[in-house]
Amino acid sequence: MKTELNAILPEIAVLVSACVILIADLFVPQAKRHVSFWLTQFALLATIWIVVATAQVAPVRAFSGMVVDDMLSDVLKLFALVAVSLMLFYSRAYLMARGLFRGEMFVLTLFALLGMMVMMSAGSFLTVYLGLELMSLSLYALVAMQRDSSAPSEAAMKYFVLGALASGMLLYGVSMIYGATGSVDLDRVAEATLGGQGNRTLLAFGLVFVVSGIAFKLGVVPYHMWVPDVYHGAPTAVTLLIGTAPKLAAFAFTLRVLAGALKGLEFDWQGMLVVLALLSMVLGNLVAIAQSNIKRMLAYSTIANMGFMLMGFLAADLNGYSAALFYTVAYVLTSLASFGVVLLLSREGFEADLIEDFRGLNRRSPWWAFIMLLVMFSLAGVPPTLGFYAKFAVLEAAVNQGFVWLAVVAVLTSVVGAFYYLRIVKLMYFDDPVDDSPIVARGDARALLSANGIALLVLGILPQYLMGLCTLAVTQSYF
Amino acid sequence: MAAPTLAHYLILAAMLFAISVVGIFLNRKNVLILLMAIELMLLAVNLNFVAFSHHLGDMTGQVFVFFILTVAAAESAIGLAILVLLFRNVGSIDVEDLGQLKG
Repeated sequence: MKTELNAILPEIAVLVSACVILIADLFVPQAKRHVSFWLTQFALLATIWIVVATAQVAPVRAFSGMVVDDMLSDVLKLFALVAVSLMLFYSRAYLMARGLFRGEMFVLTLFALLGMMVMMSAGSFLTVYLGLELMSLSLYALVAMQRDSSAPSEAAMKYFVLGALASGMLLYGVSMIYGATGSVDLDRVAEATLGGQGNRTLLAFGLVFVVSGIAFKLGVVPYHMWVPDVYHGAPTAVTLLIGTAPKLAAFAFTLRVLAGALKGLEFDWQGMLVVLALLSMVLGNLVAIAQSNIKRMLAYSTIANMGFMLMGFLAADLNGYSAALFYTVAYVLTSLASFGVVLLLSREGFEADLIEDFRGLNRRSPWWAFIMLLVMFSLAGVPPTLGFYAKFAVLEAAVNQGFVWLAVVAVLTSVVGAFYYLRIVKLMYFDDPVDDSPIVARGDARALLSANGIALLVLGILPQYLMGLCTLAVTQSYF
Repeated sequence: MAAPTLAHYLILAAMLFAISVVGIFLNRKNVLILLMAIELMLLAVNLNFVAFSHHLGDMTGQVFVFFILTVAAAESAIGLAILVLLFRNVGSIDVEDLGQLKG
């Protein structure tokens, strides 16, 4: 019993703190809202400590296999917790200036985080589904948090309808897999599919729907319609949240379902992922060029990046999964810094979400221009930043498994992608500023964002530790 | 008159599912119809689960249905809340009027 509870201790901690903050926040006057903020940060820090303290190498299956606590879930939870904590620090001033610095913000963020953590250690389709819904429902509400503006409401509606459609598809697929194998437990489904049991037609049918559901949640073409609208319409703080931690949860979801439960159908899903990866890289990078809004541009960049990540995934071996995990973590760290800079430049009544707003940033502040330069280099995959090594590892894994032509397309589309990333660098360094107002930000946000930016460089020069961690996590669970 | 078999239930569920997907993509009028289509989709899935559960003689599928029903209720609540918000800010719940964000 004790080990069973240990397996879900981080989730219990997040749930209890979300409930406590929900109640405690009622007694805090608006002027003292930072009390709730620091309570949330404390809860996140305590959960990080719990994840580290209860981490163990051997996987533990608890509650009749519903929950799996392994290195993979611990690593992903750690990065998700850090991402959420940084998101709250970066967006504090932004939220205050827009009247969004309220208790609901913290509670909904914690519930979304709880959903992600449940997904990360899911051992059954039921747990995957519940985690996914908890995350999605909280995110729909967060997108709609800015109640007096029409763009966020429209974004929330689109996100809701397409997200619900994705859940429906996923569930339909799960019902087929249940029908074919007689179980919703990921391990037992894996046994059945590897052993060649179950009706093949039903399984293939189920697989198509499950892959569609996964593609929706990752936001890859042709299921990407929601990504640009939601990134654009949501308040930047929420865009930052949607663009970071949920990607880790979606990765866990993909790995647990495709590499775990449906390993026996590897040949079938590899073919589907090739199409998804190819379309995402081509469409994401081409459409991003035409954008004038940086949030929208980063949304198309997400689509392209998730396609690139899938290319590592479809190699379907240890190197492929580790490279995909590394790529996801690298993408999340880069994304945090990119939206962090957008949040830093924004102020009351000014969103800083147009590419034009970055014009002449070097004159206004050489340091933030440098951080943005690192972010853009990392997204474009310029050495020695983190993004370069991430792309390199994925390409290597894909080429080793014989996907040479796909790797060639990936490199070509990355060259196209470099154009719109480097355009921002050009605007920052070679153009004159149109707006000379000083950049004001809180000390903690400045320090953390600087550390985040520098981490992209340091981890890019010394990637072996992070790569070692990713390989260890994947090895323990799947090899 | 033969008793309905598993295949009958699966075909019915597939038809309901198809109707709901078509409803989401073809509907150009009212957002409320989208919410109805989403509910129909989840109910089609439930029918599938119950049919398989009965066929396999295994309770898991029926338990899963209870979870789906509960989550669907929460989902509708949030969907309708967003709908109210949308009506307040945009003044319409027509799908065609959701055109502010594009590109």
